[in-house]
Amino acid sequence: MAYDYTKRTAYHDKVPEMRKAHKVLKEWTFTPRQADQGYTNRTLYVNLTTLEIKEKAVTQQMKDLFIGGRGFGLWYLWNAIKPTTKWNDPENEIIISPGPLGGNTQYPGSGKSLVVSLSPTTGIPIDSNVGGYFGPLMKFSGFDAIEIQGKASTQCIIVIDGQAGKVIIEEAPHEDANSHVAAEQFTHMYAKDHADLRNVSVVAAGQGADHALIGCLNFSWFDVRRQAARLKQAGRGGIGTVFRDKKLKALVVHAPPIKGDMNKPADLDRVAKAGIKMHKELADHDLKQCKMRRQGTAHLVEIMDNYDLLPVHNFQFGNHPDTKKIASWIWDERFTQGIPDGCWYGCSMQCSKGADGHVVKTGPYKGHIVTVDGPEYETAAGCAANCGIFDPDWLLEANFYCDTYGIDTISFGTSCAFVMECFQRGILNKERTGGLDLTWGNAESQLELLHQMARGSGFGVTVGQGIAKMKEEFIAKKYGDPQLIRDIGMEVKGLEYSQYMSKESLAQQGGYALTNKGPQHDEAWLIFMDMVNNQIPSFENKAEALYYFPLFRTWFGLNGFCKLPWNDVEPPDNHQHPPLEAAKVPEHVQNYCDVFTGITGRTLTKDGLIAMSETVYQFQRVFNIRMGKGLRQHDVPPYRSQGPVTKEEYESRQERYDKQLKELIGVDPAGKTVEEKIALHRKYREDRYQKLMDAVYKRRGWTPNGVPTLETLKRCRIDLPEVVEVVKPHLK
Amino acid sequence: MKFVKPDVTKCEGVRACEKVCAQTFFKNDDPQFSAIRVTKKDAGYEINVCNQCGQCIAVCPVQALSRNKAGIVMIDKNACVGCFMCVGFCPTQSMRRAHGQTVPFKCVSCGQCVKNCPKGALQMAEADHAGLPA
Repeated sequence: MAYDYTKRTAYHDKVPEMRKAHKVLKEWTFTPRQADQGYTNRTLYVNLTTLEIKEKAVTQQMKDLFIGGRGFGLWYLWNAIKPTTKWNDPENEIIISPGPLGGNTQYPGSGKSLVVSLSPTTGIPIDSNVGGYFGPLMKFSGFDAIEIQGKASTQCIIVIDGQAGKVIIEEAPHEDANSHVAAEQFTHMYAKDHADLRNVSVVAAGQGADHALIGCLNFSWFDVRRQAARLKQAGRGGIGTVFRDKKLKALVVHAPPIKGDMNKPADLDRVAKAGIKMHKELADHDLKQCKMRRQGTAHLVEIMDNYDLLPVHNFQFGNHPDTKKIASWIWDERFTQGIPDGCWYGCSMQCSKGADGHVVKTGPYKGHIVTVDGPEYETAAGCAANCGIFDPDWLLEANFYCDTYGIDTISFGTSCAFVMECFQRGILNKERTGGLDLTWGNAESQLELLHQMARGSGFGVTVGQGIAKMKEEFIAKKYGDPQLIRDIGMEVKGLEYSQYMSKESLAQQGGYALTNKGPQHDEAWLIFMDMVNNQIPSFENKAEALYYFPLFRTWFGLNGFCKLPWNDVEPPDNHQHPPLEAAKVPEHVQNYCDVFTGITGRTLTKDGLIAMSETVYQFQRVFNIRMGKGLRQHDVPPYRSQGPVTKEEYESRQERYDKQLKELIGVDPAGKTVEEKIALHRKYREDRYQKLMDAVYKRRGWTPNGVPTLETLKRCRIDLPEVVEVVKPHLK
Repeated sequence: MKFVKPDVTKCEGVRACEKVCAQTFFKNDDPQFSAIRVTKKDAGYEINVCNQCGQCIAVCPVQALSRNKAGIVMIDKNACVGCFMCVGFCPTQSMRRAHGQTVPFKCVSCGQCVKNCPKGALQMAEADHAGLPA
């Protein structure tokens, strides 16, 4: 069935009246400045309590050590908060920065904004990487980053007008806070005319983020074919919640028209050459490889199912007979094909797929026709498979409401799966859920949880606090066996797991739990290398992978890149490299070095790239320690991520587990009860994980307690006095 | 719709087409500024020039590519953001970028190369673009 991609419910009819109700709280003028070799060399500071607006100079030290993007965010946050700061204290900041390479229009995946804040769910810094036009448009309006501190007294917006040279804080009482509406209304409000719509980008959250801690931010871009404000999400760690706590309804940027050289690169030809080579590679190979241009990351659904890696029923199982109902071919048909779907100019990977013509089934927008941005793999796996809901329409519904309410689909999916399992196991019941039936597959109940989050009432609010807080609450209320509750609640450091099964990949258990911000696959995804291809068998091999890949991927976040064009398309001769080298996609790594050198004029080598990342990575680890959550004890995953917790899990893979008992553990399973066998596995697997931590810490230059040593800090040029002061008490 | 139709059997590698094209549009003799390109292939030559198929139109993220009234695919340089996706996705590799340029360029069927080819290897031909991208 074909859907009309121009047809949807409109929300901008009353924009002129809405704007009339705005009251300017503060206006600040600035001289527009173009970027020079990737940097504008200044950032914007806005304090919503004092209404102070000012610019700050970007120092050479910031460029040398922190580069941009996530690095700038972490450095500003470090300077803004104290070890005792909580997420909802006024001094907490939201920092958005695109990085020096961000906004180039030639290389695929160059439009990312990196968002940093102190997370409501983890209590440590969170960084989230998001598409949409905001970061590049902000840079080309004249700022390498925006820092937002303080809390407003009324619902307000911040407008950065790069055409007029003004930053304005305005009271905005009437617009909808929910993102699909807010993005459309503010885009039309601040564009001068129709052609100017694509020069506006909006950041917004939604009513869900008012009441849940797992709030996300939506970053918009105007899709000229659909004539719609599309959305991408800075999902992880609750930054949308911080945003709404500051009473921000939206951030709006209105930039000058975009051209191909607005970073004023040192060598445009070098950048364009790398970009055109990638465009051709995608044109020639994407359809034979990942089909990102047709299916986006949703192409992974059945692949993960085939490898027993798709989380089903709260990460108990890795596949399901009904996966075919939400598999890639469903999305190939459901997504509108044949029109560009890049979330920044020049991204020929085009994975920001849109399902047009969705008729909303529930809640305040029931009956509206909307374009759903996605689902991406994580949303499909989390909100659908992990909750036992194998229905594409309900998945679109959950995806739509998560986005517009400003709720992270990953944390929501994993949290919903957790409470559903608690319901199955009697830890929860209808009395405890306020009457909600949370049986596996109950999509209407799942949606009701979201609507409750938005209304601020009911059990949905509890789910919205995230798994770490739910665990504490359920244990405190004596709802069930504390050990079981801890084992099946899939979070580390307070962040919910993203959607891959790590039970049979020790390296991925580390890839999740040894992350700085919490278990998110953007640091390391090692499952195929480890479990499927057995290329990193020893602890040292795994430790090397857990050194290289998190650092390599950190680099994307410093510079404003998306990870996907790195290895979701590969040169056809990539296999000529030995397997461990091939996994790095050497030709693409060289492209990144070329683009960095071409834009900034600073020569970058492959080794230099890793060293660049390591400075920021080690700094973030120290930051975690400073905030009380960066030691060995905080890097331990729940047992569900390491092995079978329950009888059902063991029995579903009995042959595998029995074989492992014999071959790996040296115990004959014959005559043993399932409980005994589970206990034997647990002892073996938990011990193995501890050994992995030892090897990884050694490779990363940390003490056995997970603290970067002074030598490591010195080697990484991050031995600043205030950094050394944090680690010193832990080195005695 | 008019397009430049090469006859490689007549091409002797004079490259007058490249020179006149680069001169006409960039006031430059450097053949990298020419929308038509002649390369040596085996014993003869290969001529690459846009056939106005229009597949690039759908690739452009800002609708800077469109057909004019005569059916020729044109670039709106004001709208163009310089992403060069059209260059990477051109099925005949006839959309181009020259050194230092922030926007791509292509053959607009002006016919200068046809007039200037001393060997008669180029002619303006008509193609029916029914069914091709609008």
